[in-house]
Amino acid sequence: MKHLLSTEDLSLANAVRILDTAEEMSTVGEREVKKLPALRGRTVVNLFFEDSTRTRISFEAAAKRLSADVINFAAKGSSVSKGESLKDTAQTLSAMGADAVVIRHWASGAPHRLAATDWIDAAVINAGDGTHEHPTQALLDAFTMRRHWTRLSGLPSTGADLRGMRVAIAGDVLHSRVARSNVWLLRTLGADVTLVAPPTLLPIGVEQWPCSISYDMDETLEKGVDAVMMLRVQGERMNASFFPSTREYSRRWGFDDNRLRALDRLGLKDTIIMHPGPMNRGLEISAAAADSPRSTVLAQVKNGVSIRMAALYLLLSGDTREPATTLKESN
Amino acid sequence: MADETTYLIRGAAIVGGDREDLLIRDGVITARGSDLSTTDAADGATVIDADGLVALPGMVDVHTHLREPGREDAETVETGTRAAALGGFTAVHAMANSTPVADTAGVVEQVYSLGRSAGWVDVRPVGAVTVGLAGEQLAELGAMADSRAQVRMFSDDGICVHDPVLMRRALEYVKAFDGVVAQHAQEPRLTAGAQMNEGEVSAVLGLTGWPAVAEESIIARDVLLAQHVGSRLHVCHVSTAGSVEIIRWAKGRGINVTAEVTPHHLLLTDDLVRSYDPVYKVNPPLRTNDDVQALRAALADGTIDVVGTDHAPHPSEHKECEWAQAAMGMTGLETALSVVQHAMIETGLMTWADFARVTSTAPAGIGRLTDQGRPLEKGEPANIVLVDPAARWTVDPSAMATMGRNSPFRGMELPGKVVATFFRGHPTVLDGKLNTPYRYPTEAPLAGAAGAN
Repeated sequence: MKHLLSTEDLSLANAVRILDTAEEMSTVGEREVKKLPALRGRTVVNLFFEDSTRTRISFEAAAKRLSADVINFAAKGSSVSKGESLKDTAQTLSAMGADAVVIRHWASGAPHRLAATDWIDAAVINAGDGTHEHPTQALLDAFTMRRHWTRLSGLPSTGADLRGMRVAIAGDVLHSRVARSNVWLLRTLGADVTLVAPPTLLPIGVEQWPCSISYDMDETLEKGVDAVMMLRVQGERMNASFFPSTREYSRRWGFDDNRLRALDRLGLKDTIIMHPGPMNRGLEISAAAADSPRSTVLAQVKNGVSIRMAALYLLLSGDTREPATTLKESN
Repeated sequence: MADETTYLIRGAAIVGGDREDLLIRDGVITARGSDLSTTDAADGATVIDADGLVALPGMVDVHTHLREPGREDAETVETGTRAAALGGFTAVHAMANSTPVADTAGVVEQVYSLGRSAGWVDVRPVGAVTVGLAGEQLAELGAMADSRAQVRMFSDDGICVHDPVLMRRALEYVKAFDGVVAQHAQEPRLTAGAQMNEGEVSAVLGLTGWPAVAEESIIARDVLLAQHVGSRLHVCHVSTAGSVEIIRWAKGRGINVTAEVTPHHLLLTDDLVRSYDPVYKVNPPLRTNDDVQALRAALADGTIDVVGTDHAPHPSEHKECEWAQAAMGMTGLETALSVVQHAMIETGLMTWADFARVTSTAPAGIGRLTDQGRPLEKGEPANIVLVDPAARWTVDPSAMATMGRNSPFRGMELPGKVVATFFRGHPTVLDGKLNTPYRYPTEAPLAGAAGAN
């Protein structure tokens, strides 16, 4: 692995390696001194063309826990309207000696351009590109699911995949990079995925994806599900006639109090409720669901740092075949 | 010393048929036959050995962006027409989306004059349908038709004339001077923010889709409008199998519609977008393999009448960027012949005679060019291209005459090489290299020309 651009082309071995490495990394966060010397002297640039405080500070925390130097470059808005092109920005960062670029961009494929061109030689981590992918989000989601899934079966988390786990991803799939990255990664890890959405918020061509499609949230719950991931719905979609009103959306596709009770009624006592954040409470998820013991929202945030540490470590520590266990020796 | 206005092309397969000689003098084919070198008429002629070469009528492009005036950093009439000559063309239609827009007699005459002083090919300006391509008010179509440029083709290319009333009026109005409206069929509301073909690939890439129906619905409407008002309609760069079906239906009903396909839509598919390399970003977008096969079949059976390059050079900074930021368009003049040979002739779908029809005869007819697209016969204007069909070459955009480096065929090995292009009897290309431009005889000032008051 030279870059982490998407989960679509991430092999099972590499996916499990990242998850296992993140397990190791998570122990660092439990210590009093939350720091490893692994990336001392390496420079990580957070290149954000789109606002995302959550993802940026997660990457920043991850890089700092690995002792890397972190530069935050907020290039909000369109690079063209700002005058400087992505190419020039990349070449500038290259000249400054960036070893890794964590890029968030509103344009799908921008991280691929950085990786495919000779503009910069650094490792590229996609921190969310347009409506394409958000691989570290999917990895932290899978990490969260794997911990839950292996705890239920009483097996160790390390080395495990998600075979047999039933995951529903609900909401605005059309515009969601989180949904795309999750669909590919969960397929690789062996989970059964169902996308639940109004037909207007599913892309043309979705029938080719390795998952089931449902227009009915209640039916999906009744069939049995181990994790329900709610996607953020943006208010402006309503103005573009993707659905008639936020209330109708909430009733048909939101995770409201009735559906929270339905999980109990259906005997789905171990089903978790996930959300990549930031949440629209009362729209795609009710406050009761978001705050219930089933909710993994905060665990996801916490696991995000471990996953991003793992990604940075594996991309920057040279031999990516190196077993993650050598980490302990490097302390 | 050889006479510089007399050329003897020896032993070329005429339009892919029998090997014969062609004698050219003063811009005209003066003889066609075997062993013309023994005739007195060939005395002093410069002899061109065309053994193994195919002689074709000079290619006519109905769809070229020469960018001048306004974007001389992308292309000029000079560089674009050099590229055209090297590609085997003897005439190009320069699209109207320049800056200023070619929506007045003044601008089309400027482009026309630039073409004549360049001297590489006939430059036929296309006039805008609406003022400023804004889709609100008809441009002075009649003034452009009556100008020295004698515009017959009108197009807002790049932008669809989507207002049905305006389209109807344009179709009706151009009947007065035997004009044609060339429509860029793209329903704007269905393609807001569109980045690529809508389908399996766009779903994965998270790029806003460009549905086939946005093209097809406009074509369906326009052929019905053309039928209703009895006008001539040309459909630019058809890209979907569904569009082919609608045009086939319209032709079956006797509607006066012609259609064009680009070389890139005959060969490339939206799978290439997976690279996010904007060199593959184009309007209309690359579609699926099913569409490519339908377009090839339609070109072969005559449903699609012509190949138009939609040559669209862009400065590198408009392609070396994010996909969503990149400009749409590809260069095509210097690869058109090879791509069509590869996609249509080497697949057995077409002969060289068919090639001459779709790249020369039919496009000249649509543009009403009387001295282009003519048969290679005695007495006809000597617009001729000699092609080596056995040659193979690897596309290198940096070696092209166009200023645009945005060729989607970069690195591909393609068949067929233009060895010579004769424009008005003058070799603009010889031995596969640019020669010299044709020089028009000094004209008496035309009525209405500058200085004639």
